[in-house]
Amino acid sequence: MDNSRREFLAVSGVLTGLLVAGGPLALLAPSRAWSIELRTLSSSEGATLQSMTRTIAPHDRLDNAAYALVVKAIDESLQADQHLADVIQSGLGKLGSNFATSPEEVRVNMLKNIEATEFFQTVRAKTLATLYASPLAYAFFGYEGEAFSKGGYLGRGFNDLKWLPEVPLEDSGPVPN
Amino acid sequence: MAQIAHDDSNAVVIIGSGAGGGTLAHELTRRGIQVVLLEAGARQSMASFSQNPGEAFGQLTWLDPRTTSGNWSVREDYPGLPSWTAKTVGGTTVHWTGATPRISPWEVRSRTTYGAVDGTSLIDWPIEYSELLHYYELAEKRMFVTRRHGLPGLPASNHFKVMYNGAKRIGYKRVHTGHLAVNTSPMDDRGMCIQQGFCVQGCKTGAKWSTLYTEIPRAEATGNLDLRVQCHATRIEHGPDGRANAVIYRDAQGNEHRQKARLVCVACNSVETARLLLLSESAQFPHGLANSTDQVGRHYCRHTAGFIWGLFDKPIHMWRGTTLSGIIEDETKHDPKRGFAGGYHLELAALDLPSLPLAGIPHTVWGRDLGFFMEHYDRMAGMLINGEDMPRSTNRVTLNRDVKDRNGLPVAHIHIDEHSNDTAMRAHAQRQGRAVYEAVGAIKTMVSRQTPATHNMGTARMSKDPRDGVCNAHGRAHDVPNLYISDGSTLSTPGSANPTLTIVALALRQAEHISKELKAQNI
Repeated sequence: MDNSRREFLAVSGVLTGLLVAGGPLALLAPSRAWSIELRTLSSSEGATLQSMTRTIAPHDRLDNAAYALVVKAIDESLQADQHLADVIQSGLGKLGSNFATSPEEVRVNMLKNIEATEFFQTVRAKTLATLYASPLAYAFFGYEGEAFSKGGYLGRGFNDLKWLPEVPLEDSGPVPN
Repeated sequence: MAQIAHDDSNAVVIIGSGAGGGTLAHELTRRGIQVVLLEAGARQSMASFSQNPGEAFGQLTWLDPRTTSGNWSVREDYPGLPSWTAKTVGGTTVHWTGATPRISPWEVRSRTTYGAVDGTSLIDWPIEYSELLHYYELAEKRMFVTRRHGLPGLPASNHFKVMYNGAKRIGYKRVHTGHLAVNTSPMDDRGMCIQQGFCVQGCKTGAKWSTLYTEIPRAEATGNLDLRVQCHATRIEHGPDGRANAVIYRDAQGNEHRQKARLVCVACNSVETARLLLLSESAQFPHGLANSTDQVGRHYCRHTAGFIWGLFDKPIHMWRGTTLSGIIEDETKHDPKRGFAGGYHLELAALDLPSLPLAGIPHTVWGRDLGFFMEHYDRMAGMLINGEDMPRSTNRVTLNRDVKDRNGLPVAHIHIDEHSNDTAMRAHAQRQGRAVYEAVGAIKTMVSRQTPATHNMGTARMSKDPRDGVCNAHGRAHDVPNLYISDGSTLSTPGSANPTLTIVALALRQAEHISKELKAQNI
């Protein structure tokens, strides 16, 4: 293996965690322990970034693993983009290594102060684009996703709402058999 | 399928295969006219449509660079994607929701109906409504539109039940599952709607009408169509007589070709239609083709759009079911007492989970507000405002000569300064939409800012007077007798209806006109 290849595979940091026992993610995963290798960010930068993504999109019962996937996606996008790597690493440096252990109120205020920066906006956009697109998020939010492969929702709950009156036929249409 | 030679000067060249171009191609080829159909995008199929929302977006969307300016929120929120159009065979009829309301009679006479509104460039359409109505009926029968010509409506989904009951409780009368070009049973060699959602990712049963699997294969079956995919038109050329005579395009490998033409029809969706005409500047037409009165690209309209969300404490599952099958029509009227001219539709609209935070809410929402909102995903209902925006001559598509696409050509630049009429209408619609949800117990409501327009209109509009627009009532360019505009660019004003039905109706009318003119040797 030549040096550039070895360099490409070099691990710069690691994020690890343990899935909450009995949670929806633990049921999907082969093992409760997870570990994600970073290629550009250090472990400490990864931890700060993970905390930042949770502050932007807080879901208390959503496992850290879902947020680690966002960190992984951001870390991957830095490999081929030096400008972005500079933006993210300098932004994380300014937040400091105490960010992740600060109370939420403090974290929110710190982020509010940098809301207009490219650093914040990039992380916000990437968090929103990644966090809710994973199978882990689908399971957590109860989203059933595509249904074509199952014959649609026609016989599977598209009209099962019972807490409001039904719509008269003249304003809707017959349900196909 | 026909193979038409590059130097065959008898060919009709249509650029763009969406609602306008695809329909026109079928109507001309079935009358025996040889057509070259250039499509910049690739060809997908019901089988190849992705069911991963992010992937589907990449598969179908026009992602070539565009830039934007002006006072509209899209400039801040979506600077790289100011308009959401398609780049695929079938164009926006692949990703549309199937909504097919008609423009109202008074909307084609907006200048007369509204009077002079400061800061707008309103004109009356050069077509009588009775004539438009004839083509609406033809288009509706062709597209199997629900709740028209004896066809039933779509059944009510959970999501629509929420809209319906809320609307009725605040006194709205005209509320139903909408007019949609979506099959409620198998018809037209297409499947039926199985309430799967995923309308904008491409309909995998073909229940939703699209030129991709109706007009285009039927045109191919005539033996008169030469469809060239991933062929991006870059310039329309003309002869010394000022008539269009060829189209220059790049194929998938980037190789340049020149197709001779007897007649050229431009149907690239408003933004790219204007760009292509502007790119076709020449010594004889120094400001772009068909632009002697400086009207190309002006009067760009995109509807006063925006989402309204209601959060509830009971389950809804809005993603189950046809994305847009619900409409409130009561505000589709001209009633200046509301504080603005023109009217709007409120249309049911669901978003899939990954798209919701990207398109559905303001980008300033994060932290606990975002968390609370997203955690109600299974107890949420949504609707979309679709209102008439005011044409302004300064709201326009121009060439940005500082930014080039992969072919080295200037990209389209979209400038929008919203008129106070647009903002007053949106505020009214947001109040009404929130009231609908509050009437059935919403614990919270939230509204989005504007999203990149899927409805793009007016940039080469029909006008009686050449000083007011680019083409006549048949879409024929005022300046160039054998150049036609065949997409939503021609709408003289936008009205408050989703534009596809109107585009198809006008394409049917244009096809009759063109074939008659060709037969009479007038072109």
